[in-house]
Amino acid sequence: MADSAVNGAKTGVSGAGEADRPLRHVRQALPHDSAVRHVQGTAQYIDDIREPEGTLHIAIGMAPKARGRITALDLAPVRAAPGIVAVLTAADIPGPNDVSPAMGDDPMFAEERVEFHGQALFAVVATTRDAARRAARKAHVEIEAERPSVSVEDAIARNETVLADYGFGRGDADAAIAQSPHRLEGSLRIGGQEHFYLEGQAALAIPGEEGDLHVTSSTQHPTEVQHVIARVLALPDAYVTCEVRRMGGGFGGKESQATQWAAIAALGAKVTGRPCKIRLDRDDDFVLTGKRHDMRCDYALGYDDDGVIQGYKVAHLVRCGYSADLSQGVVDRTMFHSDNAYYLPAVRIDTRRLKTNTVSNTAFRGFGGPQGMLSIERAMDEIAWATGRDPLDVRLANLYAAGRDITPYGQKVEDPQIMHAMIAELAESADYRARRAEIAAFNASSRVLKKGIALTPVKFGISFTLMHLNQAGALVHVYQDGSVHLNHGGTEMGQGLYMKVAQVVAEEFGIAMERVRITATTTAKVPNTAPTAASSGSDLNGMAAKIACEAIKARMTAFASEKYGVLAEQIDFRDDRVFIGNESLSFPELARDCVMNRVQLSHAGFYRTPEIWWDREKAQGKPFFYFAYGAACAEAVIDTLTGENRITRVDILHDVGKSLNPAVDIGQIEGGFVQGMGWLTTEELVFDDEARLRTHAPSTYKIPVASDVPEHFKVTLYPNANRTQTIYRSKAVGEPPLMLANAAFCAITDAVRAVAPKGARIPLDAPATPEAVLRACASLQGEALDGEALEAGAQP
Amino acid sequence: MASVTMTVNGKSVTADVDPRTLLAQFVREHLRLTGTHVGCDTSQCGACVVHVDGKAVKACTMLAVQADGCEVLTIEGLADGAELHPMQAAFREHHGLQCGYCTPGMIMTAVDMVNRLGSDLDEATIRHELEGNICRCTGYHNIVRAVETGAKAMTGASARQAAE
Ligand code: FES
Ligand code: FES
Repeated sequence: MADSAVNGAKTGVSGAGEADRPLRHVRQALPHDSAVRHVQGTAQYIDDIREPEGTLHIAIGMAPKARGRITALDLAPVRAAPGIVAVLTAADIPGPNDVSPAMGDDPMFAEERVEFHGQALFAVVATTRDAARRAARKAHVEIEAERPSVSVEDAIARNETVLADYGFGRGDADAAIAQSPHRLEGSLRIGGQEHFYLEGQAALAIPGEEGDLHVTSSTQHPTEVQHVIARVLALPDAYVTCEVRRMGGGFGGKESQATQWAAIAALGAKVTGRPCKIRLDRDDDFVLTGKRHDMRCDYALGYDDDGVIQGYKVAHLVRCGYSADLSQGVVDRTMFHSDNAYYLPAVRIDTRRLKTNTVSNTAFRGFGGPQGMLSIERAMDEIAWATGRDPLDVRLANLYAAGRDITPYGQKVEDPQIMHAMIAELAESADYRARRAEIAAFNASSRVLKKGIALTPVKFGISFTLMHLNQAGALVHVYQDGSVHLNHGGTEMGQGLYMKVAQVVAEEFGIAMERVRITATTTAKVPNTAPTAASSGSDLNGMAAKIACEAIKARMTAFASEKYGVLAEQIDFRDDRVFIGNESLSFPELARDCVMNRVQLSHAGFYRTPEIWWDREKAQGKPFFYFAYGAACAEAVIDTLTGENRITRVDILHDVGKSLNPAVDIGQIEGGFVQGMGWLTTEELVFDDEARLRTHAPSTYKIPVASDVPEHFKVTLYPNANRTQTIYRSKAVGEPPLMLANAAFCAITDAVRAVAPKGARIPLDAPATPEAVLRACASLQGEALDGEALEAGAQP
Repeated sequence: MASVTMTVNGKSVTADVDPRTLLAQFVREHLRLTGTHVGCDTSQCGACVVHVDGKAVKACTMLAVQADGCEVLTIEGLADGAELHPMQAAFREHHGLQCGYCTPGMIMTAVDMVNRLGSDLDEATIRHELEGNICRCTGYHNIVRAVETGAKAMTGASARQAAE
């Protein structure tokens, strides 16, 4: 069966490609569009833009307590500080005091109550950044403090949530579990994660005529920044323009949470009539902006003698922070990925979206998916521990397959054979079975150091589960000299989106890359856009740009066809020329001729993802246009005396469809894996009992550095055209690779297992920090010691 | 106010600055050399690395007045006119960047590494030497490749220069 699946995958893809002609730009490993500027330091981020004369600087005044009523806020000492031009509070906001993406529960400035430690109370506008920051600390704030909810358990005890509980499933999971020959229950805690985009949150707002505002913001969602600014300033959307050329990283942290800072800059500009800039200090950025959702996942399952799951139940108890933010979509995606790559015949997935007095958790690469997937990977390991089978065999036995291919939400997995083929190929190329044996031998003879290995799959659904976001626009102009202006709604945060879309445009017109001028994303050119998120940037914007190019090309072709009396089919755009029957002219020549003959050379392309739908009430639909697949094999070594651990080898096979740009895609896979590895190994957010974040800088919050990444780190693209009609049959790549790092966590868990008594369960939560690994080892060895002691005691 | 004079990218500059002014601030705000990025503000991410008297320094943690009388090299001064420095070319060539925010600091650290340790760097050394530079995007793999290649090319380039 595995064999035929391999063959199926290999032969099933042929013919699914786009045009037969060789491609000149698409599929080429071209460098990032700004690479030359990046290496020279001339690529501009917000803070690098030359400030207009008289620009003012903003700093945030932050709440000293996490929960309670504000009884006094005396800003006189702030106003009296040197260099202060204005102090902004809720009273200065002309519209609603609300910077939330949807739910109305994120005030720009807290008014009556504070909800988390550090929450913005006011903002200082000063002549220098230094003056603003110094003054911001001078306020007298009195808060009638209450005990904050810090943990999931605190929130459950108070029964406080930010959104209603939600669950879905299929069949009777309880009955299926009860009737299974084997059962187990467990719980896994999964930590959050700070984005640590290297460029912190920043915005520059410049006032124009009659209340117009031009705002440059480091945001993944310029449209939302525009709309929220218009909302809080009580202006029509049309008065506000938001622009972003590039971000120094986003990772979801600038999807909804760049908005507040841009809106405060805009308010400052409105109040003072002068340009206002904000760049959050890094420590403040840590405190003021949301993280990946952390959660407790309680699961129960029943399985047969072969380790195949019969019934599965999971409850995700999610710490959302003080407000809803994007938690609906995030936690829904946790649910959509609670199956990962495994078929669950009878299943129930429940969630609670708990309110804690901590910063509002938000989008982070994977958008809740990683947590759902990690919890079922733990379940797979649990079955392996209980049955003594190899964890990979347990995974293979549970993988989606023909006839076992309907997800818990009713969407069919159309191509499950790909997963079988990829895992088989990776197990082979990474030599999984032989290494498993070597590791067992090593562990038998090594007293302190123990090794572990794991091979885990990834299946990730592509599309926004909020249906209306699955749309994109692009604006393409061809000028009379044959140069092309490209604009679209997607934003560039390093992921190579601008380059990929430019490759598509150059390909469509058959022109050199140099003719395509990539321009900054702005709400003035392409309106009403979705955020650049959900990995969908190139799928959506690439298609919109292609549609725009096709429209312009069609007009150019019609003109040439008529002028030269040649059938449209005999007109071809390639090599910077246009071939018209037996003649040819340069692309610029035809462009100029079109202009002289009043042919429109500009088009706004628009794309909406077809086929998808989702009925949340009924929990049925096809929320994903397709799935992206991957598999990773990781090896780990731990020191059982200190808990220190390393990932020593990584092999990855990942499916990006037919890549638009393999260099960019491989970079996404490598970066995604390492970011995921950080989340699951070294990155730990510590909130104290007062709900203060104690790890608010990279000094205490450990982000992977070069020496944490193994030298053997092999990434291979799986050759596979997307069976779905996507841009040049590629697949989205932004998020899926992050979850390849589940293999790193499972490998460390496997290494801990080496000190465990046979059949024991491994009490290791994520992240697997040295402390966590040491605790797990100690408790297992304690068990083992106790066991020995008992035995010894039994026969004196 | 304190007066500082230093040579930045080969040009002598003199300015009156608030004594608190950080070197990073000075090159960015006073000289408008904004390729020196500020990522963490606290000496941990390496985005702000410049060379002071030939040694890599985190410019967010040095006062401008401390660099008085020194030779400062920033990312903008690395290339020889229009031609990229071999380390810059290697980062471009090997896709050692995504968002690019860490890139100038990475390159300045890498050049310093070669200056100190020579161009025959093994991978473990490169990874160890890069520990003060955080990249949140790339996973470092391509950065390490770039440094390896850039280091080799630097000897090539200096050998050529010596021969000329
Ligand atoms: S800004 Fe200087 S080290 Fe991060
Ligand atoms: S390329 Fe973004 S931080 Fe390194």
